[in-house]
Amino acid sequence: MEVLSLLADGMLLSLQPLNLMMILIGVTVGLFIGAMPGLGSVNGVAILLPVTFLVPPGSAIIFLAAIYYGAMYGGAISSITLGIPGASTAVATTFDGRPLARQGKASLALVTAALASFVGGTVANILFTLFAPILATVALSFGPPEVFALMLLAFATFVGLGGDDIPKTVFSICFGLVLGAVGFDQISGAPRLVLFDYNGFLQGIGFLVLAIGVYGIGEMFWTIEQTRGDVTTTTPKMTAKGMAADTKEATKRGWKGTMIGSFLGFFVGILPAAGATPGSLMSYGVAKMVSRRPAEFGKGHPDGVAAPEAANNSASTGSMLPMLTLGIPGSPTTAILLGGMVIWGLVPGPRLFVDETEFVWGLIGSFYISNLAAVLMNLAFIPVFIWMLRMPFTILAPMIFVLSIAGGYAATRDMFDIWLMVGFGLGAFFLRKFDYPLAPAVLAIVLGPIAEPTLRQSLLLSSGDPSIFFTRPVAGPITIIALILIFLPGIKLVRRMRDKRKEPA
Amino acid sequence: MITRRSILALTGATILATTPMIAQAQDWQPRKPIDFVIMAGPGGGADQIARYIQSVAEQKDLTNRPLVPNNKGGGSGAEALIHVSGASDPDHTILVTLNSFFTTPLRQENLGIDIQAFTPVAMMGVDPFVLWVHKDSGITTFDDYVAKVKEMGGEYVMGGTGAGQEDSIVIAFMSGAYDLDIKYIPYDGGGAVAKDLAGQQIMASVNNPAEAKGFYEAGDFTPLLAFSDERMPAYPDVPTIKELGHDFSYYNQRAVVGAPGMSDEAAAYYQTLFTEIYNSDEWQSYLTSESLSPLWMDASEQRDYWALQVENHQKLLAALGE
Repeated sequence: MEVLSLLADGMLLSLQPLNLMMILIGVTVGLFIGAMPGLGSVNGVAILLPVTFLVPPGSAIIFLAAIYYGAMYGGAISSITLGIPGASTAVATTFDGRPLARQGKASLALVTAALASFVGGTVANILFTLFAPILATVALSFGPPEVFALMLLAFATFVGLGGDDIPKTVFSICFGLVLGAVGFDQISGAPRLVLFDYNGFLQGIGFLVLAIGVYGIGEMFWTIEQTRGDVTTTTPKMTAKGMAADTKEATKRGWKGTMIGSFLGFFVGILPAAGATPGSLMSYGVAKMVSRRPAEFGKGHPDGVAAPEAANNSASTGSMLPMLTLGIPGSPTTAILLGGMVIWGLVPGPRLFVDETEFVWGLIGSFYISNLAAVLMNLAFIPVFIWMLRMPFTILAPMIFVLSIAGGYAATRDMFDIWLMVGFGLGAFFLRKFDYPLAPAVLAIVLGPIAEPTLRQSLLLSSGDPSIFFTRPVAGPITIIALILIFLPGIKLVRRMRDKRKEPA
Repeated sequence: MITRRSILALTGATILATTPMIAQAQDWQPRKPIDFVIMAGPGGGADQIARYIQSVAEQKDLTNRPLVPNNKGGGSGAEALIHVSGASDPDHTILVTLNSFFTTPLRQENLGIDIQAFTPVAMMGVDPFVLWVHKDSGITTFDDYVAKVKEMGGEYVMGGTGAGQEDSIVIAFMSGAYDLDIKYIPYDGGGAVAKDLAGQQIMASVNNPAEAKGFYEAGDFTPLLAFSDERMPAYPDVPTIKELGHDFSYYNQRAVVGAPGMSDEAAAYYQTLFTEIYNSDEWQSYLTSESLSPLWMDASEQRDYWALQVENHQKLLAALGE
């Protein structure tokens, strides 16, 4: 196997002292950048890019990839312990991670996140190693109709869930779609929904602004209201024995989510339009859909932590693929990596795998090593994160508030976003009181801006004929599955009502 | 020299050439990271250039504070123009422009953007356009292409970055000149267009060489026609539309401008900085490898160039029916 010997060379390369040091520093830095709300891998890589000019290109990209990995692990930490998404890729982790932490099972959530991330990363690395060139072709075969069909499927997984109140879910999705449409229309270039003609709306509503508002600030209000403010949240204990038990439970109850996240996340990651955030949200939806106990999702199911965490790691490896093979970044972070590669004198694109074998395999090898380093580092730090949770809520609440504000500001450096975020926090609090699910709105604001232009591009391609979504070989089956999932609950409902009517007769 | 400087101090004129300002440039230094706004999304030509410039500045340690790339491609660059116009700190806000710097304010007058209010910094070069098809289409010459488009009768699909954008102006001219009926699909950047041509989701594109080069070198793309004044050294066999008897050429400007209201000292600093980057070996070799043409101008020449381009684009857009 030629691939295996190339990979072995690559791993040896990344185990050289300089590169190994780069990996360890990168992973640690990434872990903390990821854990800081608002700062994600994008910021980490952007800030540290200049540092990499001091070392050879191979070591430089290994360093950046290690930060990228570390940040993917780190994002879960604040999502679970504080309920503030540490990065956009970890928003879905709050859905179940936070409830687990409130039940005093933060260590279970953290262990699940770490293990799922590791498996996700490993699966992605293996897929990448074995099938990189083939997968690049798959990414290319996804035109606008295929991407739209995939987005439809993502929405379907959120609508078609038993247990939830469907009209409220649909309302939540529509609310998110409207928010996602604010700003400039990509196709015509015209401004839309610029409320009160206020310029701040022109740049659109940032996804992180909504997510931090809903999950950071909204969650804080919610906790205060529920507990009347006089609680010491939970008193989780952390022992070696406890950790072993957590590992056992994480494996038992989180393996399904991990598997779904690993494969789905990777696949979504290799599509240049998507990236790790849609990948993790979609995996959460699918994990909930196939689960035997979907009602437990959102209330603290390990699968709900495992799926998005496995997916965001897997997708981050996946999004390297279009960057390296096509020269097209699959995520904002890879866009920055791409800039770095150009200055190091490497030309990303179809020739890279042929012309720069040593660089490519050194990088792939470093993925494996970084992933291993990240999981060990993460597990080692878990007691520290748990310790944070022991603080009384009176101290924790202002901390959450400050971190949320700082996180919301860091992304765009615009005060307007902060007011918007606080507004979303209040809105989320009231919607939650009326039992509206908020996750679908968050999903919609991420996927809406991908779905809308692809829908319109597809219809332009077909001169307005919607059959384009059914007749193309890849788009067709995806669309049909999505439609079945969307209408299934409706059909069930009608049948149940008919049965009821029959009974008294 | 003394008189010249005192005039400068008196009038605060920005019209002087960059050379006498070098001495002054030492006076002003950025005090915080520089908001390096890009008028396009990640992956396209403008983005590649911005990130390359940033990397050169970092590598050669030319700035005491980093340039932080900030993609604001929404609304054909309107998002970027509004962001930069309303910048709270114009001395630390600069913009990498393309021709939407001229077209977007023309097409969306309600934005209230006056480009002459921006501060000229540097013209880094102009980027030509080339018509590309996928190798598997079997089309190898522009004549084949014209024949194919006519045969398809309105079903020939091309991708681009949107109505009124640079490539759509080129496609519109070409369609008019050869009586072609093309279905045009808008994308959010030149990178996405090239990717979908590689995947044969679209049949042809008008991309900058930098965006298509990787696929061309891998043998996936065939260049058919160049819209430059002369044949490009990197593509010596590709004819220009001028050779075919049409007096038309079209380039995308790759220029850096400062926010409106930037102080003269800061403007001088950035002009010196980008002169240095422009003259670096890295930038000069980038111009060659990515087939850009040099078009160096000083600050006042840039303002004249803007006025001329606004006039030209007014005509082009009018012809497009925009």
